[in-house]
Parts: sequence; structure tokens; C-alpha cells
Amino acid sequence: MSRRWLRVLRTPLGLTTAALVVAVVVLAIVAPVLWSDRAEVYDTDNILAGPSGDHWAGTDGLGRDIFFRALVASRLSLELALAATVIGVLAGLLLGTAPLLLGRRLGRLVTTGVNIAVAFPGLLLALFFAVIFGVGATGAVLAIGFALAPSFARLVQTLVAGVAALDYVSAARVAGVGRVRILLRHVLPNIAEPLVVNATIAGGGALLAFAGLSFLGLGVQQPSYDWGRLLFEGIGMIYVNPAAALAPGIAVLVAGLAFNLFGESVAKGLGVSAVGGVPVPATSSRLTGHAGRRDGTDGSTHMAMAPSDLVLDVVDLRVSFPGPAGPIRPVRGISFSVRHGEALGVVGESGSGKSLTALAVAQLIEEPGRVEADRLEFRGADLRDGPRAHRHLLGTSMAMVFQDPMTSFNPTRRMGSQLAEVAVHHQGMTRRQAMARAVDRLRAVRVPEPERRATQYPHEFSGGMRQRAMIGMGVMGNPSLIIADEPTTALDVTVQQQVLDLLQAIRDEDDVALVLISHDVTVVGEVCDRVLVMYAGRIVEDLPAHQLQGGALHPYTRALVAAVPDMRTDLDQPLAVVPGRPVDPSDVPTGCAFAARCPLADDHCRTVDPPLAPTPTGSQVACWHAGEPLELDEGTGELVEAKS
Amino acid sequence: MTTTASSVASTPPAVGRLSGVLSHRWVRFGVRRLGRLLMSLAVLVTASFLMIHLIPGDPVRGALGPTAPTALVEARRESLGLNDPLWLQYWHYLQGLFTGDLGTSLSSKLPVADVVSQRLPATLMLAVLAFAVAVAVAVPLGVGMGVLTRRGRGRRSELAFTTTSVVVGTIPDFLIGVGLVYVFGVSLHVLPVAGNATADAYVLPVIALAIGPAAILARIIRVEMVSVLEADFVRTARAKRLPSRTIYLGHALPNALTAALTICGLLLSSMVAGTVLVENVFAWPGLGRTIVSSILTKDYPVVQAIVLVYGVGVLVVNTVVDVVLALLDPRSMIAED
Repeated sequence: MSRRWLRVLRTPLGLTTAALVVAVVVLAIVAPVLWSDRAEVYDTDNILAGPSGDHWAGTDGLGRDIFFRALVASRLSLELALAATVIGVLAGLLLGTAPLLLGRRLGRLVTTGVNIAVAFPGLLLALFFAVIFGVGATGAVLAIGFALAPSFARLVQTLVAGVAALDYVSAARVAGVGRVRILLRHVLPNIAEPLVVNATIAGGGALLAFAGLSFLGLGVQQPSYDWGRLLFEGIGMIYVNPAAALAPGIAVLVAGLAFNLFGESVAKGLGVSAVGGVPVPATSSRLTGHAGRRDGTDGSTHMAMAPSDLVLDVVDLRVSFPGPAGPIRPVRGISFSVRHGEALGVVGESGSGKSLTALAVAQLIEEPGRVEADRLEFRGADLRDGPRAHRHLLGTSMAMVFQDPMTSFNPTRRMGSQLAEVAVHHQGMTRRQAMARAVDRLRAVRVPEPERRATQYPHEFSGGMRQRAMIGMGVMGNPSLIIADEPTTALDVTVQQQVLDLLQAIRDEDDVALVLISHDVTVVGEVCDRVLVMYAGRIVEDLPAHQLQGGALHPYTRALVAAVPDMRTDLDQPLAVVPGRPVDPSDVPTGCAFAARCPLADDHCRTVDPPLAPTPTGSQVACWHAGEPLELDEGTGELVEAKS
Repeated sequence: MTTTASSVASTPPAVGRLSGVLSHRWVRFGVRRLGRLLMSLAVLVTASFLMIHLIPGDPVRGALGPTAPTALVEARRESLGLNDPLWLQYWHYLQGLFTGDLGTSLSSKLPVADVVSQRLPATLMLAVLAFAVAVAVAVPLGVGMGVLTRRGRGRRSELAFTTTSVVVGTIPDFLIGVGLVYVFGVSLHVLPVAGNATADAYVLPVIALAIGPAAILARIIRVEMVSVLEADFVRTARAKRLPSRTIYLGHALPNALTAALTICGLLLSSMVAGTVLVENVFAWPGLGRTIVSSILTKDYPVVQAIVLVYGVGVLVVNTVVDVVLALLDPRSMIAED
């Protein structure tokens, strides 16, 4: 509690306004005691005089000192604002807790009334009540108090609703505790803090509003005076003595802002959580897989006849972000290439750098992230020239499919226009031509009734259909590469298969290359020709997809594959897991990054990082103990070193 | 503080329903919104009718003063219909509203409808101009600051901008008005500070009314832009390699505005009320000066009518905002359920 308040005081605005609030309160207490007499002296020699040594802010029409009158007025101004705030808070509490106390039907009536009243600006309500309660200080206090009530009632309602839903309040209700008792014992203590904070803000508002009413002549009447009244008198003589209007104006401004902004910064300071560093995934490293796995290794057919030209060529790609203790490097130098029409899978746990690799290749990493590479070529174009340099090439030839189809479309625009945009910007089509192309592409990705669907908004599409539309957006041009980042993760199993089939069909039709990023070894094994396994920002194994089952050499790859349950998995046994946690990219150990979780690791592994080296089977692996025998521990579900 | 796009998105979409869905939804939205408007109107009309009856004591005696002869008070009560049963008075009041008869001013003896229609244009002009200025300033400012401070960039300029806009947004319009009168009228003598006779007389009142809302709106648009620019669909737009202008103005801005529009409605209705004070600073011949002088002279029929006009203005603004919001972001209709 106290630490949170300290944090408020540490912000410049919080500290300044806190000091001002204290100063204004002290002034309001001492000013009338010290200076009441001087504020009432009639200096008949100096009527309507400008600022001078005797009268710092000049004098009014009766020769009274405006500076001291402005100081003394602080007491009445604050008292009236306080009274109005108290009335507003109490009335708001009564109205806001009414639903809890009065039961559903009456409570609903009160809520409706509050909702209607809240729609009207406070000043209008204050004027309304000022007419009823009459002109004068008392009337104005009541008017502003009642004008504050509806918004406070709304606040209380919201807060009460939040607390009343809590388990222990429900428990108390079930136990037969009375409504009033629940309110006093359980609800009010829990909403006290936000109420006090908001009352402080409202207090500042009341101070300013009161000055407004007095300024209109509806508030404090002679011979009493608050800041608003002084301002009312001062504005009439602003050409004779501007200070007569400015002094009370500045006083009410400073006081009102102090309370208001102090409340605001307290609200912000108490409500907002501290800014953290780079988020590190703390999820369990058990890998998800699904039971509907198809057996088969339909992998390398493309590879054999693949032409030598490369769609994508990456050498030593590095991605870094500034961190509190030096740069964080989630991708630490990876090299790979994608041939024409080839399907390349990238697997690894969350935080292995696979998605960042995809974004880096697509030139979608934004500042402050940095992408460096010795070579980064897409169809011969050097992407290191910057994202703008090859805009049209990337816009038409590289398609992106993202994980969450719910959020990847603009909710405020029709689907058709979101697809058509690509053709308008990159293919020089007119809007009409582009719309026709969009409908055609929606049909190509098997969206039913594409003409009608094109006029709909994203929220009218189902998840699977949205993901197909996203693929359709990618084939608006003539892509030679589709980069799909977890395209099926957010979808259910049957829809997953449709999306994967669609990607496969597009590849077959136009010989499009695919980079499929997934944490799901099953999906990758099914769709891809070749698989890159990433761990801690490095490629640890690069192998043909058909070798995943049985042919993998890296202990991490083998653990990933073993962790996938299939139809033969004995569900009475614990599911296989990869023990330990993924590496924190801001704290990568020396040696092999996987050593801490590896059953084969020895001291050599922990000191020297193994390079990615070719193997006799045509794959590449980065491991000092590649291919050494492992067996599944039935008890823990972990792979352990085989006891030979 | 505002409902952002993502919270609305969780409503499951209606898949594969018939094509009538859209129009059906619009009808339901229209009926519901109209119902709310009518109910608010009923409350408003009743409140403005009851206002005069809620005043403690005899309002006519209060208006004429304690020295007025009893016969005069009685005659005035009779002519105002105050001796009729309450329900009959209410019926007459409603009848009057529908026929455009708002009663007669106690002080000027003019029909209230004439007083209102004579004063309304000046107030309307002031509010509309100030709102236009506020939006014209706030949108480019908020968008620009949002783009500059996206993804945690420019922390210093963000702090400076937020602090300034919070402070400026909190200063009440009449104090800004007094300051403007002092600087441009008293000290520099460059702009008129009273009336609306010339075009340049509009400058100061419009600025006084617009500055605060502009600061608040710009701050909210910046916050919304920053959060929208983190959204997945902005990454999609970047993946489409659209020009920055299209990404910021075509994709991000509409989503930032739907949230800002709700605030716009609140600001516009508070500006309608804010004209009361600003008019009194600048001796603006609008409804605001009239209502204050009528309250002071206890000219209740005029006060009642003007309260009604302001209230209707606020209700119209709120309704228009809801409809525009529904047009811009159809999900807001569902979210109301």
C-alpha cells in the first residue's frame, strides 16, 4: 500500500500536485485567521487601483485589497467545494448501492434513472438544481452536489458489481447474511480506495464548477466572497485593473487543478501495474500434439526435382532487441534457404525464435528490434535494403499467414476491400477490378458465396473461413513464397486439416514455396519436405521431414517427437515431456544451449557450442552426441541415456 | 477506460445465417435506440415541467417579491395555470410543447418560443464551430503523437504531451476565456472580446470553448492509436506492404476513432453546456446569457424552455454518436445486447 503511494509521489505530476494540495489546504486554514482584517479594509484613496507596492493585485471598487481577498477566499471556496463533494459522494453511494439494497426490480429502476442522468453534462444538471434550490451559496452547494451524484452513482455501481461477484460475497449471501451487512462489511471496504481517489478528482471539479456558478452570479452572494465571486466582480473591471480578474482566476485554477490532477495521478499510479522487462514464456514445455495424426512420409517428392534457383536465401540472420542489461538476441545467427516450390517446416518451443525468424525474413520487425544478416535474399532481391525498397515485389510475391485469424483482419473494414487493397496498391488495378479479383480469390480458397462474403465484416466469418480468407489475401498476387506462422494453432482440429489441405492445394497448383512455422511436430511432418528445428535462437537440426520419426539425431528433436502422443500412446502412463524450461533469450548459457535439459550432456557440451554440421544421412545437426541411443523412462516420461 | 475493439470481438459471429441477418440487426438496433431516446426525452420533459413545482415556496411570490400585492400574485398564478391540478398542468405543458407554445416570458412578456428561436442560432454556431475546431486540431495531433510514440518510442515526448494535455484539458473554459480576454483584448487589443457582430469576434470564444476538449480528445486518440498500432491487423497491413499513410490513416485511424467517438459525444454535449459560461465571459447573445439572466430574474418559463433545449441538444448528440458508431463499427450494435 505505502509503496504504491510512494510510486505516485515519485512521478513529477504526482509530486507537484501533492505539494500544491497541501499548500492550498494550509492556506485555506491560516489565511482567514491572518488576513481577514486586511481583506476588509476600505482604502478610499485607492479605489480601482492597479497593482502597487501597497496592493500587489490592486484594489476593487470599494478600495479593498484584491490580493488578500483572493487569499482569504480560499477558505470559503474549499469549504463549499468540500460540502458539495460530500453531498455528491453520499448521494452517489445511496443511488449506486440501491440495486444491492433494494432488490432487482427497484434497483433496476434506479439504475435506469442514473443512466439517463449521467448522459447530461454536469453543468446542465447544476443549472437545473440551481433553479430549484435558488440562487446563493446553499443552493449552489446542493446543486453541484446533486449534479455530481449521477456519475458517482455510476462509478459505485460498477465497483459494487465487481465486488459483489467475488466468491466470498456470494458465499456470505448464500449463508444468509443481510444485505446491509454485506454492503457495510464486505462491499464498502473493498471499494473505499477507488472511491476516495475519485472523490479527490471530483473535489477539484467541484471547486472549478463552484467558481463557475459564482462567476455567473448564481453562487456566493455579497458580502461573502469566494474565488468565483471575486472573478465575477473582477471581470467587470478587467480593463481598469486586470489583476482583479486574474488573481482569483489563477487561485481557483491552481487549486482546482491541484486536487483534480492529484486524484488523476493517484488513480493512475494505483491502477497501473509496473512496466516489466521482456516477457519470458513461463509455460510448461510439454508440447501439444493431437491424436488424429496421419502416418506416412510423403516428404521428399519435391526435393528430388527441385530446380536449383532459391526463393529465399538466408545467411547468418540475427535479431536483437535492446534490453535493460544489453541487447537481447532471440535469433542468434541462422542460415537456411528455401527452394522453388519447397515446403520448409520450422519447429521449436515458444521462445525458440521461430516466429521472429519469420518476421525478420518478411521485414516486419519494427524498431527497436534490429535485423542483421550476411545475406537476406528473396528471389534475388536484397531485403537488407529496407522494407520500402522492394515493396511491390514483397507485396505480390511473399504472402503472410498469421496465427490468429480473429485479430489479423481489420474489424472495421469489409473483407473484400481488405483483399482488394493489395491489387490496388501493387498491381495497379482499379477498385472495381481489384474487387473482382478479391471475389475470385475468395472462391479459390473455397469460401462459399464469395460475392456476398466479400461484403461482410471479419466478425461475420468463422475462424477457419477467416484463415482461408487470409490465405486468399496472400494469393491476390502471384506468390512464390507463403510464410505461415502457426496458421492452425488457433483453430480446432477439423478446421486445421482444411487449412493445411488448402495450403497444399495452392502449392501443388502454382509451385509455391512454403515456410510453415509451428510448435506442432505432427503438422510440420505432414505438410513439409524439410524441417528446421530451432532451439534458443539457433538451428539445432535440419533434416528431411520423413526422417523425423526414427531418423532424428539431435536429442531435442527426438524429445519433441517422443512428446507427441499418437494412437498407440498408453494413456495410463504419463505423457512424454521435454524436461526443464526453454532458455531465456536474455540469458543464454555458454556451450550448447540445450545442455541443461539434455540427458546426454557432458562438460564438453557445457563449454563448447556445437556447430551445425552435415551428417552421413544428408541432414545437418548441431550436437556433440548426435544419434547416441536414448530410451524413454516409463516413470517420468522423459528421454534418458540408454543403459547399455 | 473505453471498450476497445478486442473486447467487442469476443462476441461469437453468426455463421451461415440467412442474408436477413444484417437488416434484422439494424432494425433491432434502431428500435432499441429509439426506445432509449424516447424514455430520456420523457424524463427530460417531466423534469423541466416539475422544475417550477419543486422550487420551495411560491415561485410567483418569489419572482414578484415580498412587497407585491396578493391580488397580483393570484392573478399571475391564475394566468400561468398554477392553480390547476398538477396532472392538468402537465397535460397543458405537453400540449404546449407539441404546438410550439412554450409559454410567455414573465419579464419581457414575449412568447418564450420567440426568445429561444432568436437566441438559439448564436449558441448553436458557437458550439458547432468550437467542436469542429477541436476535432480538426485533435485528430492530426493525436494521430501524429500516436505514430511518434508507438511501441514505447519517444518516452519523453509522450510524458510531455500527456502531462500538457491533462493540464490543459482540466482548465475550465471560462477561465481560459478570462485569460484570452486579458491577453488579446486588454493587453494586445487585437481581437474583440464581446458580442458576435463581426467574424473576428468568433475567434476568442471558439478558442476558449475548443482548447480543453481538443486536448482531451488528442490525448485519447493518441492512446487509442498506440494500442491499435500494436494490433495484429496492423501487422497484416504491413505484411501487405501498404504505404505508411494507408496503414496509419486507412487501417489504424478508423479503429482508433471508434473508441474516440464515444468521447467525442461526451465532449460535444459538455461543450453545449460549456457555452453557458463562455457566453457570459464574452457577452455572447445566445441562450447561455439568457438562461443566467432569467434564473436571476426568476423568469421561470424561459428557464424551463432553455433547460429543455439544452437537454434535447444533448440527447440528439448522444443518439447521433451511437448511430455513427454503429455505421463505423457494426460490432457496437451487437455489443449493446
